Amino acid sequence: MSAASAAKTFMGYRRANGTVGIRNHVLVLPSVMCSNHVVELIGRKVPDVVTVQHPTGCSQVGADFEQTKRTMAGFAANPNVAAVLVVGLGCETNESKALAEEIAARGQRVEVIGIQESGGTTETIARGVAIARQLLQEAARHERTECPVSALIVGTECGGSDGFSGITANPALGCASDRVVAEGGTVILAEVPELVGAEHLLAARASEPVAAKLYELIERVEARARAMHVDMRGGNPTQGNIAGGLTTIEEKSLGAAYKGGSTELREVVEYAERPSESGLVVMDTPGQDIEQLTGMIAGGAQVVVFTTGRGTPTGSPIAPVIKVATNTAMFERMRENMDVNAGAIVDGTRTLEEVGEEIFGWIVDAANGREPAAEELGFRDFAINRIGPSF
Amino acid sequence: MLPANMPLSDDGAALRLKDDDDVAVALRPLAPGDTVRFAGGAPAVSLASKIPTGHKFATRPIAAGALIRKYGQVIGRASAPIAAGEHVHVHNVEGTRGRGDLEEAVR
Repeated sequence: MSAASAAKTFMGYRRANGTVGIRNHVLVLPSVMCSNHVVELIGRKVPDVVTVQHPTGCSQVGADFEQTKRTMAGFAANPNVAAVLVVGLGCETNESKALAEEIAARGQRVEVIGIQESGGTTETIARGVAIARQLLQEAARHERTECPVSALIVGTECGGSDGFSGITANPALGCASDRVVAEGGTVILAEVPELVGAEHLLAARASEPVAAKLYELIERVEARARAMHVDMRGGNPTQGNIAGGLTTIEEKSLGAAYKGGSTELREVVEYAERPSESGLVVMDTPGQDIEQLTGMIAGGAQVVVFTTGRGTPTGSPIAPVIKVATNTAMFERMRENMDVNAGAIVDGTRTLEEVGEEIFGWIVDAANGREPAAEELGFRDFAINRIGPSF
Repeated sequence: MLPANMPLSDDGAALRLKDDDDVAVALRPLAPGDTVRFAGGAPAVSLASKIPTGHKFATRPIAAGALIRKYGQVIGRASAPIAAGEHVHVHNVEGTRGRGDLEEAVR
């Protein structure tokens, strides 16, 4: 057990808006997919920035557009990001200047350039490179100071689940979640389709209005299945989940819900919405791993703990993602992608509480700067959940 | 090491998550004819088929249409009669939730 596992503080970056970062990235963000190439080329010339690409930002309307914009703004304003350069085209639905204003309104340092007003690709890249270098210099002046664990929002996720997820890794993560909440921190439980069949257990730990909102989210999932006249099992549990021994969505959900631990459910928030409460919070995300990851980080999560049975390598460009294996065979087969082996619980070599304490220690260590496997390997997974068609 | 309230079978080959569950989980690959016994005096279960690691088998007979419990909670409904020791999976269990293929979701 590391010394850090007993610590209630870590060395983080206090931001002007009161939030606390555990990384100090400069992010270059396309407001629309038409800017992806320019963003990629800026990233090649200034490798110290992080970049993302996505297929969204134009010909979107209503709640779908609002969710896309909220996700981009929340992701850009995540406290792990010191400053942002938004690169727009000029005619997109998701106007780059309006997006930059939204990011600035969240207290984030932001610059914006447009390809059309810059006079084309080459000039935009040149301007972008200059701004990116300037933002990196500014970011380098930020220093780590002592911050309480209560400043952390910890995202929880399971992907590539198997028959051991609900026995080893998820209950162990639940122990760590309870530790974070005991310190005054926040834990996000998400992937609402994977709470179908377990919602009554969470609702029993919530106030009446919070329970009602949770039931509403669950009903939205089942209403989608009814509208499509499909059995959810056609796609969730996935083929890999089924090969791993999971039979129905209820079984998968009952195992998945353990990730949130045993404390009161304090709030239910929309996709990419920042929790207003501390403690355990449910966020409305799909079970699709990358969209879920992006939504939680856009909602302010600085660190994510991700359990996996089949072996999922996913990682974020701006937040460390700690991988917990549900079984020893996969942990050894995919050693470079894994950080913690919860398989030790069924092997009889470690207790649930010991593995939970190791995960909590990892959270604090990651907050102090230790890189889990997905971060070391340079993953930059990013995807925004769409809730409407492109027009 | 599993919590004491999660009973392992006598030889540690399988785990029943709650005493009242209809199913247990294989912790290593099990073969037809293997016998699994849990503490508490229930009859030993002789396995009818191969059970891969992480998969489930019935610890008692389950009638077609009956609800099936694991973690002490409903995980689905038997779509066929299931004998004690039989592999319990998608071939003999259907979900009761997210069933947009039915007229109304069955609760």
